[in-house]
Amino acid sequence: MTGLRIVDGRVIDPASGVDEITDLFLAEGRVAGLGTAPRGFRENQVIDAADCVVCPGLVDLRGRCREPGLEHKGTIASETRAAAAAGITTLCVPPDTEPVIDSAAVAALIRRRAERAGHARLVPLGALTRGLAGNALSEMSALKEAGCAGVSNDCYPVENLLVLRRALEYAATFDLTVHLLPQEHALANEGCAHEGAVSTRLGLPGIPAAAETVAVAACLALVEETGVRAHFALLSTRRAAQMVARARHDGLPVSAAVSAHHLHLTELDLLDFDSQCHVLPPLRTQRDRDGLRHWLARGDIAAVCSDHQPHEADAKLAPFSATASGISALETLLPLTLRLVDEGVLGLTEAIARLTSEPARILGLDRDGTAGSLAPGAVADVCIFQPEAYWTLGGEALLSQGHNTPFLNWEMKGRVRYTLLGGRVVHALEEADLRS
Amino acid sequence: MIKENLQLDENGRLRHFLTIEGLKRALLMELLDTAESFTSVTEQTVKKVPLLRGRTIVNLFFEPSTRTRTTFELAAKRLSADVLNINVPASATTKGETLLDTLRNLEAMHCDMFVVRHPNSGAAHFIARHAAPGVSIINAGDGRHAHPTQAMLDMFTIRRHKGEFHRLTVAIVGDILHSRVARSQIQALSTLGVKEIRIVAPRTLIPACAETLGVHVHHDLREGLRDVDVIIMLRLQRERMRGAALPSEHEYYQLFGLTEDKLALAAPDAIVMHPGPINRGVEIDSTIADGPRSVILQQVSHGIAVRMAIMSRAMQPRPSQEAAP
Repeated sequence: MTGLRIVDGRVIDPASGVDEITDLFLAEGRVAGLGTAPRGFRENQVIDAADCVVCPGLVDLRGRCREPGLEHKGTIASETRAAAAAGITTLCVPPDTEPVIDSAAVAALIRRRAERAGHARLVPLGALTRGLAGNALSEMSALKEAGCAGVSNDCYPVENLLVLRRALEYAATFDLTVHLLPQEHALANEGCAHEGAVSTRLGLPGIPAAAETVAVAACLALVEETGVRAHFALLSTRRAAQMVARARHDGLPVSAAVSAHHLHLTELDLLDFDSQCHVLPPLRTQRDRDGLRHWLARGDIAAVCSDHQPHEADAKLAPFSATASGISALETLLPLTLRLVDEGVLGLTEAIARLTSEPARILGLDRDGTAGSLAPGAVADVCIFQPEAYWTLGGEALLSQGHNTPFLNWEMKGRVRYTLLGGRVVHALEEADLRS
Repeated sequence: MIKENLQLDENGRLRHFLTIEGLKRALLMELLDTAESFTSVTEQTVKKVPLLRGRTIVNLFFEPSTRTRTTFELAAKRLSADVLNINVPASATTKGETLLDTLRNLEAMHCDMFVVRHPNSGAAHFIARHAAPGVSIINAGDGRHAHPTQAMLDMFTIRRHKGEFHRLTVAIVGDILHSRVARSQIQALSTLGVKEIRIVAPRTLIPACAETLGVHVHHDLREGLRDVDVIIMLRLQRERMRGAALPSEHEYYQLFGLTEDKLALAAPDAIVMHPGPINRGVEIDSTIADGPRSVILQQVSHGIAVRMAIMSRAMQPRPSQEAAP
């Protein structure tokens, strides 16, 4: 058995509770051993991981590649390349492509193109309703067969609660997790910023916190009724996070995630009409941000995702409310999550769990070691990063086709050195890059 | 609170006029003083000064407007500038030409100043950030955000009638939520140091966290008008009835319309203002609008002198002037 040996790294694998400086052995695309070489192992490649953390490849619960249909914003090749540079080996893509992922053919196309590009694994989410139109159920069984890890209506409204109830029941029939973006559209009322002091000052149409809490309450009632496994894909308010935490305490099969930007930015970042901070759900108050951090630390928010949305430059060149929402966020996911360690919100192992084992569990990829683990026999997706490396985010350095980020020129800490996909190096940072 | 001060150049001189926020009291007073000096121009037979001769000003209106556009045009002409009026219907920008395209095309014609009205909040900031150096932007109303020249002409009118600002209590009545005029007035009144600012409306027309603007919120007009020196009535958009913000014009007028009996609660020499156009019998009784306390038409004529002051202050020096020894 020949393979790759990663030497002297601090191996952190939250799934198996490992945290020690040791060697990791990979062979035949899988983890072959930890600490001591497995019998008959012959190394044909060595990676020096001194001063580095060696952890499972990151699993991002929500990031768009824009292909098919919106290739002027990003392609599967460009965005999975950016994912690899960010240490992300599994990226879950929402169904809002053109055409929508509401048929097995589109799901298969996306997976095939990702395999051909070879930078990262794409796990599609199927549409909950046909065309995401919110009134007729999609063929969920076929979508599951085609490799969809769940279903979602993304940020599009479902016509009424009866349709939503039927959709949840149908998804439960096939043991599919439903990814929910809780927003009551009538209350959001075409707003583009959190309804509060800043939207009042800037005269921006507001989205009240109740747009989220009302939707979470309705969804929780239907989850209780239908027994479906539900994942709240993005929460933005303290109150909604608290409601989900209570429901979990009551034993409901629900999980939640939050984007990295909602953990760092607030409504105050909109103050000079910075369209890079135009996101949905909107950036809310400092109190909300602190609440999200609290429930993240408690584990009721189990995962941090990127909510990656690459855009062409023109999409952000307009008055605030007329711009497209979203941030190109793959390449800041790890450093922004590590920043929470420095700020005392999470321990390092917890932070890594929020990016690896926890999202893998939400996608159901933990059961067969497909993602999120370094246990022997698991798929050899590995992220090797230098936690103490400082670097500045520069626009030209971004590999994503979208350069739309409010974090430009932020000093980041923690940099990916190597990313391995199935035991193969898909990203390696040169020494020269590291010094820059 | 705006991160970069787009409006001022490195010497603290006005470069654009986008919002009252971030401008110092001294600068606002200077503008009012300059406007005062221009009022004599508008009263002469030859109503022109050569301050902006040879300069080109474009009125770029993405929203319909008669009065604001006309007073800007008159102000520019009295400063001897060349004026171009461009009305861009909302449909034109949906045909693919972006706001930035429109701006670039006009810049290519070597214009010196754009007076912009746009339905999106922040549009004037956006244009100012992307305008070529040497081009000044004047905000003539952006979404619900700001209408700073209207606020300045209101301050001018208040000062003419009341003198000092620091003793005044001012009530702004009506649809504060959707009003860019109210936002700019509140900022101007705060900066100029009035004693108290009240806003009066039902909860559906008050923005979230309104008290953070530095105002006292009232829902009872009688209470809100007690002993005030200045009453500013806002126009009520009729579509608010459709959007479930109000039940009817009738009930609104009963509760929030300015009538003689309610006006009697204000200070005996209180003045009544309105940015126009007026809905008679909806927000204000005709006899008050046309009565002795009303300064509504003076606001319109002051608009010209105030806009002359702002345009002449914000116009950038010609590059050749700077290069001259």
